[in-house]
Amino acid sequence: MRKKTIYECKALYRDVFRVTGYEFGEGEKSVCVVGSIRGNEIQQLYTCSQFVKRLKQMEAEGKIKEGHQILVVPSVNPYSMNIKKRFWPTDNTDINRMFPGYDLGETTQRIAAGVFDVIKDYKYGMQFASFYMPGKFTPHVRMMKAGYEDVEMAKEFGMPYVVLRNTRPYDTTTLNYNWQIWETKAFSIYTTSTAEIDKESAGMAIRSILTFLSKEGIVDYRGHDGYISQVVEDTQMAAVRTKTAGLFESLVKVGEEVEAGQILALVTDPYEGEVLEELRAPVDGIVFFAHNDPLTYASTAVFKLVVREGKGLL
Amino acid sequence: MIETVATVGLPVDETLTIRKNRLQPQENILTGEKKRISIVTGIHGDELEGQYVCFEVARRIREHRELLTGTVDIYPAMNPLGIDSITRGIPAFDLDMNRLFPGNREGDMTEYVAAKIIEDIEGSDVCIDIHASNIFLTEIPQIRINELHKEKLIPLAMQTNVDFIWVHGASTVLESTLAHSLNSRDVPTLVVEMGVGMRITRSYCEQLIDGIFHLMAQMGIWKGETKEPRRPIISQNPDDVSYLNATTAGVFIPHVKHWEMLKQGDLIGWIIDPLGGEVLDEILSPVNGILFTIREYPVVDAGSLVGRLLREETLKEGK
Ligand SMILES: [Zn+2]
Repeated sequence: MRKKTIYECKALYRDVFRVTGYEFGEGEKSVCVVGSIRGNEIQQLYTCSQFVKRLKQMEAEGKIKEGHQILVVPSVNPYSMNIKKRFWPTDNTDINRMFPGYDLGETTQRIAAGVFDVIKDYKYGMQFASFYMPGKFTPHVRMMKAGYEDVEMAKEFGMPYVVLRNTRPYDTTTLNYNWQIWETKAFSIYTTSTAEIDKESAGMAIRSILTFLSKEGIVDYRGHDGYISQVVEDTQMAAVRTKTAGLFESLVKVGEEVEAGQILALVTDPYEGEVLEELRAPVDGIVFFAHNDPLTYASTAVFKLVVREGKGLL
Repeated sequence: MIETVATVGLPVDETLTIRKNRLQPQENILTGEKKRISIVTGIHGDELEGQYVCFEVARRIREHRELLTGTVDIYPAMNPLGIDSITRGIPAFDLDMNRLFPGNREGDMTEYVAAKIIEDIEGSDVCIDIHASNIFLTEIPQIRINELHKEKLIPLAMQTNVDFIWVHGASTVLESTLAHSLNSRDVPTLVVEMGVGMRITRSYCEQLIDGIFHLMAQMGIWKGETKEPRRPIISQNPDDVSYLNATTAGVFIPHVKHWEMLKQGDLIGWIIDPLGGEVLDEILSPVNGILFTIREYPVVDAGSLVGRLLREETLKEGK
């Protein structure tokens, strides 16, 4: 294992801003794994730290195959993590909206450029990503339909789902998109949580990456075979939206099977405790995303369900 | 008349309401097709220059309602939660509201509000979206135009009494702005950038207000006297503009004034280190030109924008 500073710049009074990478094995640039890019991505940081620990062990046991180099970047943004801010401390910009970056541009463009320069030549790129809404996910590999996606390859992770979504205007500035433009096979990996640690899904993510790497001949790993991934289009999921705002009480967990008509959550009056709304499953399905904030706004998609085949009511 | 554009119930005993003021001619002078202008501001909650513009446009019209011959819709607060909480984006979501358009009626609260705003402004003959840079930079009154819409927008922008029209390249990221959504729905929309975040610069506001009345007169919305607008400098070439970025972290101390003509090599400012008592860097003008953006907020990181210069050659061509 080699610990390296892959980007740094000086601050006025704070410690030097450093992005640290861990290299394992030697040879072609095979895999790069990126953890947190935003300050609240604690689970993404944790998952990377466990992955670094695991790779250290595997390297000692000679399980990283000859001719392959793996780079892990646990955090691209320690500055925001240390002050509990989601975006860049001064101008509130999102580093994951700055790729491929610009080395003569503004601060976060420079960081994106400096980091991207180091990570862009890898064959496979994996990022532990997070969602902008508070909630928990069933672990999955997510790909945008940018024209470069390789769905069959995504199934090699053996995660429960491979989710495909349409591109949006801002996508062109994300790490995942730019990796694809630079011909890296890029995958966004979602575990269950973001701001809190979920060991189970972090463990699953690591086993999934190792399964993928062993299928691609990069590591020697015989662990779980994982799932036979189900491929789902984001737009085919059934969204359950609130009609009212108030206190939110969920009655189900991510990954749970639910039946059409089952009550998934209650929205209650924040002063008087009366139930304002019962949110019911529109179809038989599996809870893929569940809102986990004790308050909710109106018209918020608080659940997304993967529809169980042949059982849809809508 | 104050009208409601959108309302959304918040979780605890509060309703978010987006409002506009619709100003119309006195009943008896209604004749034929009336034109409509929409004046919009407050998408970014920390940009306040537009607040004074909205106030003063409404005040002048109320004082001389008899001169009004069309419809003026004033939307002073697209992001009311942001303005009232000194937050640039939409609080709680940490989202830039100007990356949500055209929105979605069936989407979440932020997308719903964006969709209602577009719906409400649609049908206007012109829209002016007033921004105030951010808390870091001061801008000379200017209009920014996406090159996709320049044919339609430059002639309108010429009427608005700004100093500078900046035509910039198209980018996918900008497709989700209010201006792009409206321009692609045939509502010519001008984006004004002027002054600085969290402040009101009255002289810039008055300058733009005179321009808005002039444009309204040209459109047949106002029959009062208006001032002839100043001739703006127009930049259409990316090479016209030089960017000055801080080379190191520190505190920026400017040595020049905004909108000042500079010669190549002139000292624009220092980046200093208060702890060591040292000047870390001297920022010099890379070209002959005029400074149309200058840094207002002193603390800089490496890369922070300190200013933008318009090259001398552009000024000559403009005349
Ligand atoms: Zn703005």
